Amino acid sequence: MNDDLPDTGTPSLFPALKEMPVVSARALTRVFAGKNAPVTALSSLNLDVPAGRMTAVVGPDGAGKTTFLRMLCGLLAPTSGSLLVLGRDVSKEAQGIQNRISYMPQRFGLYEDLSVQENLNLYAELHGVPASVRRGRFARLLEMTDLAPFTERPAGKLSGGMKQKLALACTLVRSPELLLLDEPSVGVDPLSRRELWAIITNMVAEEHLSVLVSTAYMDEAERCSHVVVLHEGHILAQGTPEELCRLTAGLCHTARLPAGVKARDLQAWLLDRPSMIMDAVPEGRNVRFVLTPECGKESLPAGLFTPPSPLSPSLCSAVPPRLEDSFMFLLRHREEPASSMNEAVKEETPAVLSPSEPEAETVIEVRDLVRRFGSFTAVASTSFTVRRGEVFGLLGPNGAGKTTTFRMLCGLLPASGGYLSVAGEDLRRAAAQARTRVGYVSQKFSLYANLSVLENLHFFGGVYGLGPFALRRRIREVLEQFDLEGHEHDMSGSLPGGFKQRLSMAVGMLHKPPILFLDEPTSGIDPQARRLFWRRITSLSNEGTTIIITTHFMEEAEYCDRMLIQDAGRVLALGTPDEVRAQGGNASSMEEAFIRIVEQSRAKQAAREGT
Amino acid sequence: MNAFLRRLAALTVKELRQISRDMSSIMIGLVLPIILILIFGYGLSLDVKNAPVAVVMEKSSPLVRDVLSGLNGSRYFSPRYVPSMHEAEELLRRREVDAILRTGSDFDRLYEKGEAEVQLILHGVDSTTATLIGQYTGALLSLRMQAELDRSGLTAELAGTKGAAVLQSRIWFNEAADSSWYLVPGLIVIIMTLVGAFLTALIMAREWERGTLESLFVTPVGRAEILLSKIIPYFLLGMAGLLLCLAAARWLFGVPMRGSMTLFLLCSSLYLVVALGMGLAISSVTRSQFLSCQIAIVVSFLPAVILSGFLFDLRSVPLVARIVGNILPATYYMDLLKTLFLAGNNMHIILRDSAALLLYAALFMGVAIRFTRKNLD
Repeated sequence: MNDDLPDTGTPSLFPALKEMPVVSARALTRVFAGKNAPVTALSSLNLDVPAGRMTAVVGPDGAGKTTFLRMLCGLLAPTSGSLLVLGRDVSKEAQGIQNRISYMPQRFGLYEDLSVQENLNLYAELHGVPASVRRGRFARLLEMTDLAPFTERPAGKLSGGMKQKLALACTLVRSPELLLLDEPSVGVDPLSRRELWAIITNMVAEEHLSVLVSTAYMDEAERCSHVVVLHEGHILAQGTPEELCRLTAGLCHTARLPAGVKARDLQAWLLDRPSMIMDAVPEGRNVRFVLTPECGKESLPAGLFTPPSPLSPSLCSAVPPRLEDSFMFLLRHREEPASSMNEAVKEETPAVLSPSEPEAETVIEVRDLVRRFGSFTAVASTSFTVRRGEVFGLLGPNGAGKTTTFRMLCGLLPASGGYLSVAGEDLRRAAAQARTRVGYVSQKFSLYANLSVLENLHFFGGVYGLGPFALRRRIREVLEQFDLEGHEHDMSGSLPGGFKQRLSMAVGMLHKPPILFLDEPTSGIDPQARRLFWRRITSLSNEGTTIIITTHFMEEAEYCDRMLIQDAGRVLALGTPDEVRAQGGNASSMEEAFIRIVEQSRAKQAAREGT
Repeated sequence: MNAFLRRLAALTVKELRQISRDMSSIMIGLVLPIILILIFGYGLSLDVKNAPVAVVMEKSSPLVRDVLSGLNGSRYFSPRYVPSMHEAEELLRRREVDAILRTGSDFDRLYEKGEAEVQLILHGVDSTTATLIGQYTGALLSLRMQAELDRSGLTAELAGTKGAAVLQSRIWFNEAADSSWYLVPGLIVIIMTLVGAFLTALIMAREWERGTLESLFVTPVGRAEILLSKIIPYFLLGMAGLLLCLAAARWLFGVPMRGSMTLFLLCSSLYLVVALGMGLAISSVTRSQFLSCQIAIVVSFLPAVILSGFLFDLRSVPLVARIVGNILPATYYMDLLKTLFLAGNNMHIILRDSAALLLYAALFMGVAIRFTRKNLD
């Protein structure tokens, strides 16, 4: 794959200072001692990171991104090969390198009981920033992060997005020769994510920083001037975003939705044709899809329109490629012929294209729901209904009240006021009965890490009160349904993220609940695993399961039948993805619409408080 | 100010701030010592006070009353005079009294010959109380005999009354025979172990768990600075706890300080460094709060209570327990404290025990430095 792309050039013996790469890895390998067999996280990596530019490392879970960044910092030693950072050997001069770089780990260790200012001061002292420089620098950082009003607040009391911005500010207390960011926007809402990137791009432009950032978001990688695609410890491809996009040039198309067909179902229908379709995602009233290269570029395969296909050539039009398309393309090529994606898809129930009856009964009803914590109102008079078989999205920035609403719906938290019925049971009176009809997959996947997959399933089955025979049969079913066969005896703690997520789903579905609650199930999961996840959700929904889901990925809101946007406990928008987009000023993407709606509401709120 | 000191100061200030904001450190460092010293000092007394004793004088005479007069004024006994042995036995059976003290009808006659006997019947269910009452009664009578001899101007040897000297030896250094005198120095050992080992085991592991160390590592900070910034604040906290204990020992329980105060503070600092080193070593090896908390309790706190000679004299425990006890640094500090509080400056003991503590300090700090490397492997 590397051969198709322009080489970044091996460094000559006497490189000009300016062109010297900030990172230079040669045959870099890292092996971890595993329980049964050693695990190779990185295998003979050859890579140069150019100076004065932003470079992105993208790849699915377990690709070796974090391992690579930690090795650059001297926190992990190479098993073999050489690694030069800023021209120095990491294994010999780790401290010398650590003095010159700044590193923001995935989970930045802010001291939660220290205030914003104290955290900044600490890092400025540790980096030896002179007092004269510090004043101006702090003012600038606080202004960019909007943290100036909160300098006295303990870091532990900040919202998730603010914490992440403070972490970035602590990393940038001085201008480093190399800035390393490990998935800086994981678990952060779109608003904070945009602000974080504004800070990063500002600093890079002002100080000509060399940056290496790892990310699961392809739109973030697209902002960088150099992209490295990592997969299972190997580099699949590297180059500028444009160069990588060219891989799928002429393969990308979009199809308008035929009347009465759901975007989710059309996507599923397309994905069920892996010989022609590589990838498909819903996008408003359209479904964007990428053809396989075998089908030939430029023209659509006739097989796509043979009846009873819902599509006709007039519905389709070609669109320019995006980095995500190429990413999926690269991963797919990597995994041919045993593509896990295609295999898994075959196991799903075939996509149903008949429009679902809109008369399905209401299974969740919420009226004027309120929840207060002391004087703080986490959820303020919220009302909505969800019908059977619907996929309902709960969206909002960090701290909007999503999790609180969620917990009340699951009967985990009593409401302060309002009416709440789930599966026909009034939750304020019969929470226990309602709970037996509900499956819940929490954000942190409440699995027992030191129990095996099978033991976890047995345990939770017992908790749900399934009899031994029914349970055994059901376990066989979910193992197959969630593609966990062959991993029955793996410890769930050592499973990769995508597997854990599937196991949590399997656990939540053991008692065949008619309603399934999913709290940020795709957070920290790569695009490929997310596609599979949503393909499963489509199947479940078609089988009549009602699904309530929260997510930070706004494009995922497109899969929902209807959705609710919350901020500061209040409902800002409620409706189908189309209606919400219209409310956001007909924004091109769901993310844009979301940001507009939240910002408008916040501006109004500020104006009201100002007068 | 050079960069090393500046970074160390920044980290130490950070640590002190965290201590001042985290109630749990203050609870363990300052409040717990006070609670422990009150509970152990007042609640866990190994003394018997106001023990109910039935007294049966089969033939009352001025001499018998004189011999037993010590019972009346004593805070250890609360005598109940009963006319017959039968009633006394009844009281003992109902456990209204813990012992029966009986003088025979020919006490006066035998006393002249020096063969007088006092019968003591003890309720043996609670053996500790029984033993103590037995000892107290013995002591009471010996004191009475001593007074008699003093009055007659004869020395103990000449009079041929044996045992008095032996009984008195038990209450050397602890004339009041008050157990808080030797419990309080022991308590100081336990509190220092708790603050030193337990607190530091938690805080270092907490930094590993919360991922704060990963961020800290990729700065110019060296591992010496990281470790020192943990030792300095908790050393101060431990010394504050120590002074609280010392104040309680002096003014609440009236424990004397026979040795030098300077030596006491020096030895205590040394032990605190050992305990801190132990805590840091545990947490830098385990890197988990839960695990290091368990290990700290099992290897430092519990043995300090049971095997250091706090409750039981190490010379009287089985060989294995004695060997374990002698491995514990707490044993040496216990020995030092008891010597300094109750016996005075015995330089032989002090030097020997201090040398042992110094070795332990070097060992634990070495392990802590060895395992706190700036990497995540």
